[in-house]
Amino acid sequence: IMCASAKYNTRGPALIPRMKTKHRIYYITLFSIVLLGLIATGMFQFWPHSIESSSDWTVEKRSIHDVPVVKLPADSPIPERGDLSCRMHTCFDVYRCGFNPKNKIKVYIYSLKKYVDEYGTLVSNTISREYNELLTAISDSEFYTDDVNRACLFVPSIDVLNQNALRIKETAQALAQLSRWDRGTNHLLFNMLPGGPPDYNTALDVPRDRALLAGGGFSTWTYRQGYDVSIPVYSPLSGEVDLPERGPGPRRYFILSSQMALHPEYRLELEALQAENGESVLILDKCTNLSDGVPAVRKRCYKNQVFDYPQVLQESTFCIVLRGARLGQAVLSDVLQAGCVPVIIADSYILPFSEVLDWKRASVVIPEEKMPEMYSILQSIPQRQIEEMQRQARWFWEAYFRSMKAIALATLQIINDRIYPYAAISYEEWNDPPAVKWSSVNNPLFLPLIPPQSQGFTAVVLTYDRVESLFRVITEVSKVPSLSKLLVVWNNQNKNPPEDSLWPKIRVPLKVVRTAENKLSNRFFPYDEIETEAVLAIDDDIIMLTSDELQFGYEVWREFPDRLVGYPGRLHLWDHEMNKWKYESEWTNEVSMVLTGAAFYHKYFNYLYTYKMPGDIKNWVDAHMNCEDIAMNFLVANVTGKSVIKVTPRKKFKCPECTAIDGLSLDQTHMVERSECINKFASVFGTMPLKVVEHRADPVLYKDDFPEKLKSFPNIGSL
Amino acid sequence: MQTRKKYIFLTFLASWLLLFFFGGDQLRRFAPFSGRKAEARRNWPRWTDRSLLKSFAEPEELQRDEDPSLLSPRERRAAWLSAYSSSSCRMETCFDFSRCEKHGFKVFTYPQERGQPISETYGKILSSIERSRYHTLDPEEACLFILSIDTLDRDHLSGRYVRNVDEKIRGFPLWNGGRNHLIFNLYSGTWPSYTGELGFDIGQAILAKASFSTDSFRPGFDISIPLFSKDHPQRGGDKGWLFQDSVPPKKKYLLVFKGKRYLTGIGSGTRNALHHIHNGKDIISLTTCKHGKDWEKHKDTRCDKDNVDYERFDYQELLHNSTFCIVPRGRRLGSFRFLEALQAACIPVLLSDGWELPFAEAIDWGRAAVVGSERLLLQIPSAVRCIHPERVLAFQQQTQFLWDAYFSSVDKIVHTTLEIIKDRLSPPRSRSRFLWNTLPGGLLVLPDFSTHLGDFPFYYLQHGYSPSKKFTAFIRAASQAGSLSQPILRLIQAVSESQYCAQIVVLWSCEKAPPPSGKWPQSTVPLTIIQGRRKVRGEGPGTRAGSRSSRPRAQPHLCVLPPQLSERFFPFEAIQTDAVLSLDEDTSLSTSEVDFAFSVWRSFPERIVGFPTQSHFWDPEQGRWGYTSKWTNELSIILTAAAFYHRYYHSLFTEYLPAGLRELVDGLAACEDILMNVLVAAVTKLPPIKVSQRKQHKEAAAQQAECGEGAAGTPLPGAPSPSAPHGARVKGTAGSRRFSQRQDCLNQLADWFGYMPLVSSQLRLDPVLFKDQVSVLRKKYPSLEKA
Repeated sequence: IMCASAKYNTRGPALIPRMKTKHRIYYITLFSIVLLGLIATGMFQFWPHSIESSSDWTVEKRSIHDVPVVKLPADSPIPERGDLSCRMHTCFDVYRCGFNPKNKIKVYIYSLKKYVDEYGTLVSNTISREYNELLTAISDSEFYTDDVNRACLFVPSIDVLNQNALRIKETAQALAQLSRWDRGTNHLLFNMLPGGPPDYNTALDVPRDRALLAGGGFSTWTYRQGYDVSIPVYSPLSGEVDLPERGPGPRRYFILSSQMALHPEYRLELEALQAENGESVLILDKCTNLSDGVPAVRKRCYKNQVFDYPQVLQESTFCIVLRGARLGQAVLSDVLQAGCVPVIIADSYILPFSEVLDWKRASVVIPEEKMPEMYSILQSIPQRQIEEMQRQARWFWEAYFRSMKAIALATLQIINDRIYPYAAISYEEWNDPPAVKWSSVNNPLFLPLIPPQSQGFTAVVLTYDRVESLFRVITEVSKVPSLSKLLVVWNNQNKNPPEDSLWPKIRVPLKVVRTAENKLSNRFFPYDEIETEAVLAIDDDIIMLTSDELQFGYEVWREFPDRLVGYPGRLHLWDHEMNKWKYESEWTNEVSMVLTGAAFYHKYFNYLYTYKMPGDIKNWVDAHMNCEDIAMNFLVANVTGKSVIKVTPRKKFKCPECTAIDGLSLDQTHMVERSECINKFASVFGTMPLKVVEHRADPVLYKDDFPEKLKSFPNIGSL
Repeated sequence: MQTRKKYIFLTFLASWLLLFFFGGDQLRRFAPFSGRKAEARRNWPRWTDRSLLKSFAEPEELQRDEDPSLLSPRERRAAWLSAYSSSSCRMETCFDFSRCEKHGFKVFTYPQERGQPISETYGKILSSIERSRYHTLDPEEACLFILSIDTLDRDHLSGRYVRNVDEKIRGFPLWNGGRNHLIFNLYSGTWPSYTGELGFDIGQAILAKASFSTDSFRPGFDISIPLFSKDHPQRGGDKGWLFQDSVPPKKKYLLVFKGKRYLTGIGSGTRNALHHIHNGKDIISLTTCKHGKDWEKHKDTRCDKDNVDYERFDYQELLHNSTFCIVPRGRRLGSFRFLEALQAACIPVLLSDGWELPFAEAIDWGRAAVVGSERLLLQIPSAVRCIHPERVLAFQQQTQFLWDAYFSSVDKIVHTTLEIIKDRLSPPRSRSRFLWNTLPGGLLVLPDFSTHLGDFPFYYLQHGYSPSKKFTAFIRAASQAGSLSQPILRLIQAVSESQYCAQIVVLWSCEKAPPPSGKWPQSTVPLTIIQGRRKVRGEGPGTRAGSRSSRPRAQPHLCVLPPQLSERFFPFEAIQTDAVLSLDEDTSLSTSEVDFAFSVWRSFPERIVGFPTQSHFWDPEQGRWGYTSKWTNELSIILTAAAFYHRYYHSLFTEYLPAGLRELVDGLAACEDILMNVLVAAVTKLPPIKVSQRKQHKEAAAQQAECGEGAAGTPLPGAPSPSAPHGARVKGTAGSRRFSQRQDCLNQLADWFGYMPLVSSQLRLDPVLFKDQVSVLRKKYPSLEKA
């Protein structure tokens, strides 16, 4: 009981200097009245304005028929053809983008016009549904600016998504007369169906000079790496058909081909594949005898069997995406939507968003020459990997193929990341599906380093006013060879620390920091005074650890610098009766936490604890004056995915929960409180990050039959 | 007093607020910020008739995208071959895949001609290839060819410039227009333009070149390599300089540069501007005009002052003490300082527009470097200041990982180049970008083993997998007697009683046929006998994956030569679980020891977890590595006579290590387990883990009958350490010979790897309540404590 109360004393109640209560109330009332009055007046003054201005902010409602018509003279200038040598550093004007703290490029959209030639004939369809969606998405996004002078990127409203729907020369002329065209510098064009008969170029044929092209169907010869963006060919079916995500796993067919118009040579090869492997391969074709009114695009046939498209794609593990006249195929989008793993057979094709997406995780690319070996190649893929690819395929569709908005934003983000590479979105953010993001751990201390022993550690002692005990701890800890500095965190605002002359004289520097408030989190603050990576957190009443034990603890930490390495271990258990977590301090065969009354850890975790603790945990700990150690255990386990390391045998520790014999009632409240902490933290973290292990670390020769004097750490486990 | 103060303050506040609310309206009209706010933000209109808009393409048009009038696919591919000249080579058009089909990826180096001197660096490159597991001496089976002509320095002003290369290569019968050739180059072009000019026609050869410019780079075909100096080590390589992870980075400087300032010519644009960002405090950017012979001719007003400042700082000191290092282009795009900064964990800030970054096909440089733009030099200070400390820490660690994985030696640079090409041959069996950019790096991950991340020991955490819950006990039997000895029977018994044991595999590597199935003990777990192989050339164990489930075929074998010791690490298909418990027939373990060790291994699946240990140390007197099996306070080797490890290490051992090294090990007899430890340590950079073990090992049941003469090398059963405190001085010649063999082995391996990969540990993992003073009934592993 003595030590228990002492413990609570250390963390005595917070004392805030207060005014005299009477005066305070008076002032507060006065102030509130004045403030309320002012707010009311202000509202009255500004209300109409604000309504007005917000109405200004909403978009105008007009019809497309009303857009102004622009006549293009026959001799108006035509831009140069696209320049294949363009790169960001040669053709892009970065000065327009400038440095901005948000690291966001600004995108301007030209207003919509109808372009006609001299004879009044339309140059192209004014705008397609998809392009309108795309521009709307940009306009609604953070990238948008309506100020042409502040823009870094310009998007013409001239719709070039489908080259077959426009007149090439006149469209080029229309581009050239845009107000900021300037040889196409910083202009971005979106095109999904490039080329046309007979040669089907793999990039938009409209002369466009230096403009960037977001194109669907680039080949490696037309794609300007790091300049153009490869985008998918949008499949309008995505909007019409709702295919619910299907759980990964084996499906009815192994390989499915659903494309209607395949080159006969490909079809022959596929049929050979089917002949060889039987039922597991399904090669569909268009239906010849459909009754009227049934859209041919939604049906596929094999012999006399009719299948619904795209639903049938969900019946197969792999779906073939073969090139047609063009390299980019809309079927890729349908296949991904169905969660079917695409088998992409299109030599030289630049896959959509290949600059950032890791297609190896979602698809199989097979060279055209190797089509006959397709079956065996696919068979060699492990089942677990197939399941991940199915999940990944669906995720790519949801994130980057699903809508014109998704395509537009991914394109802009890629360009944005080129301009602000130091703020770029990471590989994981682009590629990991939410399920993986959720379950995966990216250890911030991922490099396997064994810190040099010479660095030593800094002992941080949190204290309130138990000077005598504190001095004993200081004296004991100072005997540890690798101690390089001792930091006392003086958490008592009402009392000054003892005078310098009274402190024990030790061989390493001793610093005292005074805190502004008596908070438990002060123990984990990343003080500048901590110059070593290793921190030993130690309570001011832990005097029972021997120098060997502490030194050994430090050595263990060096081997596991990303873990909490501590002495008393604790366990969390699932209480089946209460259906919640329970805290356990009994002698168990397992540990999942160590108390930070005596533990080594990396200073980085101080930084995380102070600045990155999720939710309200930090305040909760300070308010309850308890569980800071559990919070630290949660934090470290959550960010590293690793267990704690308990070192050395169990000792009698003076702490409330160790005095199991007396003071049962206090003990029980303590345990209840600690259990509550675990449940609270688990709910804030959204998961139980703690890892349970059955081992602890001892010196190699611990308790071995070997002369004690030859052991590095002989004094381990003595009481 | 206080009260009055408060009154005054309040009144002031109130009047200020009043002014703002009433007067603000008027003020706003004059203020510059009024203009835009009042105006409407013009968004893209919501067209009233947008629902009537037509789609960009009819569904029919999208789904039937084929033009039968076009060339057939085969014709198209044939047309590509002629249509695209060598300047636009792609793998599809310029590389003959069929050469690689039969024998796999084999690399042939042209024999060196006499009177054809090659530079030291090119010699290193060639020897890296010869050391690689892909090297072949037979041009017939080769997939890739490497010239013996030194093409590294193609600056014709240089003394190393080789003349008449065109003529020479046309004389090679294998040249074939450069098809399937790989050409290395470090310096191309010359003063003043330093173009990519090589001075000869490379034709359809793949070019692996430093300072590659994106203009001439053929994507997916050429490879950009880093510029490295002639002192770059052949193998091993120096470690990175990052010893601690600190947040915020505890470095004296934020950003540094020290180098030449070109007064004229290419590259001078950037170098001339660098001094502008120097602030003398945390940004140090020093330039000197002193370079070349006639620098004084072009000297400008800054030069003298700059030169003085320049001398005040030491380049190495800056490198060590800065968070970011500017790596601007020199005359050429790449520079030595790129690798120097990478090694120093000084995050490179690249100012080299149009540089195709080294191995960018595989490496995600955005994670390790700031790819700046030469034009935005002046923004660099504020940009790097804004990078979050956590990101800085990640950058620093990534530089170290990349340095160590791909750049620290010529071997690594060359092998990375080869692996990138190999990956292109079969895209479905290649490494994802994730693998290249995550520890332990692409070279150590074999896609031939698996393409599924969960099958490797390295990615459990990143992908939320966990190692399998069962293990395979893999027992090597080498006893000469044709019958089963007591120890092996006891061992099978003990292991099969573990609840985590999925199967037992026995590698029978002795001349006598294994006993018939009836003689093996009956156990609940399946037992597989694999017949070991004799040392017969041309017959790999893979060709005869002779695993017959507990039904060994009695077959007479001629034991002409001793069995290959490295065979025990062959990736046998019979091993079905992630975890392998490797055992010798005379190892003695109890079920609870096995259970506990397995529970530990599940926490450390990438390491070797086991019982008997040994350690290495540097012997300064002899100037070589020493080896000891004495009881020591440290350990760095775990005997594979009783150890858990991931089965992937079998593949790595057999397929990653070149055959030469395995032969070395087989020749040395008692070495294969050291090699396994060295290999795992080289991969993980971490020590193995020792777990507690009962003290019941009999004094070296050692000299049991062994198969053949060289097999004196089977590790001593059950740990020399616990059994024989003075193990190093094992009496008898066999013991000391064995000891010196192992010491030799250690030194040869250190030499081969170029450094000593083994890492020491001072700890042992025991059960939580090990030897604690609590009731035995409470303990899960009480039997481990029995003395």
